[in-house]
Amino acid sequence: MTSYIIRRLLMTIVILFIVTLIIFFVMQLLPGDPLVIFMGQQAGSGGISQEQLQELYVRYGLDKPLIVQYFNWVGGVLRGNMGESIYYHEDVGVLLLERFPVTLDLGIKSFVLYNILGVIMGMIAALRRGKLIDSFATVISYIGVSIPVFWLGILLIYIFGLRLDWFPIIGYTLPTEDLLKNIHQSVLPVFCLSLMGWAVIARQTRSSVLEVISQDYIRTAWSKGLTERAIIFRHILKNSLIPVITVMGIGLGLMFGGQVFIEQVFAIPGVGRLLVSSVFAQDYQVVQSATLVIAAIVIVVNLIVDISYGWFDPRIRYG
Amino acid sequence: MTEKQAITTGVSEAPPRASEWKRFRRVFFQRKLVLFGLIILALLVLTAILAPLLTSYSPTQGNMTESLQQPSWKHLLGTDLQGRDTLARLIYGSRMALAVGFGSVLFAGAIGIILGLVAGYFGGITNMIIMRIMDALMGFPMILLALVISAVLGSGLLNVIIALSVATLPGYARVMHGLTLSIRENDFILAEQGMGASNIRTMFWHILPNGLPPMIVLITLQLGALILAEAGLSFLGLGIRPPNAAWGAMVADGRRYLLTFPWLSLAPGVAIMLVVFAFNLVGDGLRDALDPRLRGLL
Repeated sequence: MTSYIIRRLLMTIVILFIVTLIIFFVMQLLPGDPLVIFMGQQAGSGGISQEQLQELYVRYGLDKPLIVQYFNWVGGVLRGNMGESIYYHEDVGVLLLERFPVTLDLGIKSFVLYNILGVIMGMIAALRRGKLIDSFATVISYIGVSIPVFWLGILLIYIFGLRLDWFPIIGYTLPTEDLLKNIHQSVLPVFCLSLMGWAVIARQTRSSVLEVISQDYIRTAWSKGLTERAIIFRHILKNSLIPVITVMGIGLGLMFGGQVFIEQVFAIPGVGRLLVSSVFAQDYQVVQSATLVIAAIVIVVNLIVDISYGWFDPRIRYG
Repeated sequence: MTEKQAITTGVSEAPPRASEWKRFRRVFFQRKLVLFGLIILALLVLTAILAPLLTSYSPTQGNMTESLQQPSWKHLLGTDLQGRDTLARLIYGSRMALAVGFGSVLFAGAIGIILGLVAGYFGGITNMIIMRIMDALMGFPMILLALVISAVLGSGLLNVIIALSVATLPGYARVMHGLTLSIRENDFILAEQGMGASNIRTMFWHILPNGLPPMIVLITLQLGALILAEAGLSFLGLGIRPPNAAWGAMVADGRRYLLTFPWLSLAPGVAIMLVVFAFNLVGDGLRDALDPRLRGLL
């Protein structure tokens, strides 16, 4: 087990390194000079002289060779210094830290919701295979992976916000400020964010439960005279959840992708919204660091998923 | 064929080809949902091809005197701010969706399949380099990578195709890599190599065709995901360039009039969902029909 963990850890470090390379060099292809945008902002104050421009290049380290810029960036990120946003004139780390709790709050709620709903729905669908509830679950999971999340947000805003006036249509309050308001405002965005994960988890659970049900040890459990309850929870559920764990990581990636849209639709000041506005402002310091943080989270969570998978299922570890 | 017969004739049990095709047809067309998906896709393709015959309105040129109208017999789904017919824009939008979908699949599929094939076939350091890069690309949520790349390249049809291709590339490479590893172990590959077949010939004439069925399934499912992603990029303003009709951008544009003209935003979303739904249905149908492990069960 230890060697398996070490092997996976080393691989993750290599992958993270390649991720930084990809992000950095993609960002170098950006058309237009970020400083020109900066100067556009300054235009009102009488423009910028050539010397001031040169000074700014030095200040943001843009005068150095690419390879130096790359190591400055990675080295900075490792020390917790992500550089300064050219657009916001603020430390990128501070910008991210301000918005991260928002994204995390919605993310955790959705993660918990879609895993619970997905497993329950997948279980029921498999245990009642071919019944009405199974067809219902199938349709839900098809809709979940087919629906554009931003459109779902707009649809819910239209129905529950504008028409019925049950939920606020935009805005966000931190749970530490006002918990009730936070929950009220989270309902629609969290539902949107979790639908896709819900669908993916339900499908995986259903097929995995169906496979476990036909195993010999389940027949043995029945013939031992165990109650249905014991068989479902102790034998079927436990064994069928192993393959579901891998999908949880995939769901996380999908959810982060969804947050970019949902934060936009519901005007929620999270990392996703910061990312989109930075893309339009060509604020590459923010874009590259925000992208790296999100990618790193997804990769690390998948590492944890892989390791726990190996822990739950010894066949993987030694394979 | 019974075991005894197999021994006496010295022929291993190979399922006859004809029945394989029959099984495919039976499994694939049997389910009503798959059929439903196929019909939607057929309608989509027809709509894209016959767009000018289906509507007399232009998707890009509006009539300012007819700005923001409610649905009527003249404009079945009303008009937008620039007085453009919403239905016409929906119809022409199918062209963009299909162009992005098929463009990215061709681009990313071809490169991804070759990368996976090469990595799996040669193994060693080649495999190491290619697959670690693919792992790194997979570390990004797909839409995020596409977002950053299209931000860098700018909007426009070709750039969207490139961005989505890079973002989906690792999926094809990974699946083809896995397939190559398992197909490579077969005796017929060894025999082929023993007869002096070149690496290129072995890879493209023997391994690739055997790996195609799962790749076709993947491509079909990817088409849905790509159309969804393109809609997302266009929604954010990073996709198809206006005034071209793209469904995602229509959802975004119509948002401001949600209370008074909900169809402006909601109708294109229905189109996106139906098409993605159809690709997913057909993809799943293909998977079940092509999966040899389900032989006998389905």
